[in-house]
Amino acid sequence: MSIAADHIDTDAAALPNPLVEFWRYFRQNYGAVLGSAIVVIITLIAVLADVIAPHSPNEQYRDALLMPPAWLDGGTWRFVLGTDDIGRDILSRIIYGARVSLSIGFLVVTLALVVGIALGLVAGFSRGALDILVMRSMDVMLALPSLLLAIVIVAILGPSLINAALAVVVVQLPHFARLTRAAVLTERAKDYVVASRVSGAGLLRLMFITVLPNCMAPVIVQGTLGFSTAVLDLAALGFLGLGAQPPTPEWGTMLSNALQFIQRAWWVVTFPGLAILSVVLGFNLMGDGLRDALDPKLKR
Amino acid sequence: MIRFLLTRIGLIAPTFFGVTLLTFALVRLVPGDPVELLVGERGIDPARHAMLRAELGLDKPLLVQYGTYINQVLHGDLGQSIVTKTPVLQEFLTLFPATIEISLCAILFALLIGIPVGILAAVRRGSVLDYLAMGFSLIGYSMPIFWWALLLILTFSVNLGWTPVSGRISVFFYFEPVTGFMLIDSLLSGQKGAFSSAVRHLVLPSVALGTIPLAIIARMTRSSMLEVLNEDYIRTARAKGLAPWRIIILHALRNALIPVITVVGLAVGVLFAGAILTETIFAWPGVGKWLVESVRRRDYPVLQGGVLLVATVVMVVNLLVDVLYGLINPRIRHQR
Repeated sequence: MSIAADHIDTDAAALPNPLVEFWRYFRQNYGAVLGSAIVVIITLIAVLADVIAPHSPNEQYRDALLMPPAWLDGGTWRFVLGTDDIGRDILSRIIYGARVSLSIGFLVVTLALVVGIALGLVAGFSRGALDILVMRSMDVMLALPSLLLAIVIVAILGPSLINAALAVVVVQLPHFARLTRAAVLTERAKDYVVASRVSGAGLLRLMFITVLPNCMAPVIVQGTLGFSTAVLDLAALGFLGLGAQPPTPEWGTMLSNALQFIQRAWWVVTFPGLAILSVVLGFNLMGDGLRDALDPKLKR
Repeated sequence: MIRFLLTRIGLIAPTFFGVTLLTFALVRLVPGDPVELLVGERGIDPARHAMLRAELGLDKPLLVQYGTYINQVLHGDLGQSIVTKTPVLQEFLTLFPATIEISLCAILFALLIGIPVGILAAVRRGSVLDYLAMGFSLIGYSMPIFWWALLLILTFSVNLGWTPVSGRISVFFYFEPVTGFMLIDSLLSGQKGAFSSAVRHLVLPSVALGTIPLAIIARMTRSSMLEVLNEDYIRTARAKGLAPWRIIILHALRNALIPVITVVGLAVGVLFAGAILTETIFAWPGVGKWLVESVRRRDYPVLQGGVLLVATVVMVVNLLVDVLYGLINPRIRHQR
């Protein structure tokens, strides 16, 4: 970033638009493009759920319990992916589940980003006691396996989708805080920050306008990858009965009692998990691509 | 080396006390009155209630309560389960071998497949094999393992009938646990077929639990191998005319495996999070399942003690990995 800043004075016209440059690197990575495509498609599905879902996610068709998918014997095109044990259309539940997973995932990542960045900035700028206090608390949170910490928080707050989301926010916080702090420490010592301080910039200006924008690249990458862990952890909590409660069409919750039907109805087990896998894979592919495109060290 | 060790231990101590603060707060933050939780749904007269509160030390200031708690913890007293009335530490020690067994098998599976795949992908960089390996490892890395476990059950237990669905050994075998490790105990029991039954019960949970570490290890081995293969000493070895396999195994792999060790150490946390799900699905009587059940039964002393013990195990393993890393890589040890 500082190299680019040097160039602006002398050679402004030759500098490509950063977005154009970013896209040039990003699209070379086919995986990243594929991942983004998956993310866009699932986002569209989530937004348009009311339009594209053939049935209501909670409507129970008592005449069609555990109906197999359409292409199997006994299946009908009325329920393309079959129905579950109380006759709800699996396709519609998966479509509405995309809405739940993506919106809660978005909420989780945004909250974790905002709070984590704030903590990281404060720790990185204050040094001393406050820094130690913040970073030690983050270490404590990292000492527990992520899912266990989430379970502890849900145990305190009680099982529900929102509480599970809060738990996942807490689990993700330390990663963002550490990353921001590390980036702040590197940037703080650089000439442009010193120059800004010498010309009289206040602490808040230094934090948010001078330093923060230059720390964003790793944080954005972590945010994308954090989205996939958020979706996974939320589904895992739902699966354990500690997240979204029935009848919410949440993918993990849909799998939570699937084990009983595993011998009779494989479709109840298979499709919700496939949905989780595609979203997580999409965000991971995209995150990898972002890292390659945003990390100047890897650029050739 | 001793100085290095002491610094690392010094770093752990505050974290440990931080975790005790968390577990101490846990029991005080859960909704409901601890005394009522203890006596259950039936009512209790106020005098007895106050007596129990005093008995539990709940009428004292928080700081004193925390002091008492720390004192108990340091003396190995983690309280007792509300449901079974057995000491938490004792329950943990009974169940922990099951979790170690499944975790060790999982990490072994991950290493045995992950490292060769990583090496092959690095050596044949850009080949179809490389793309396939990395594609699969990305899928493995993104896998919701509770679903993966269900798919494994669906395929290998339900459709093919090769493996049992749950438990550690067939109900036809019974013997007193000696080591707590079913593989060893079944051999010691001398009963015919017991060992093979234990192995068959262990396969699916280990594969399910080992998949994410496998993906991480394969990717890590590949990238660290690629880095090492570009080093000058590899070129020298090649120029000397050494056999390619010799260069890869003896010269490159030794150095490429150093970062992989860290990854294996970090995988302990991942493994544990995975064990919670895997054990729940396969009805594997380990620590993960025990903790999930403690939340469902609102058995908070178990959750409190279990969380503290698990965090301690994770911290100690990370310390060991750090030390091992320092032993292998002197550059880390002498860093000041």
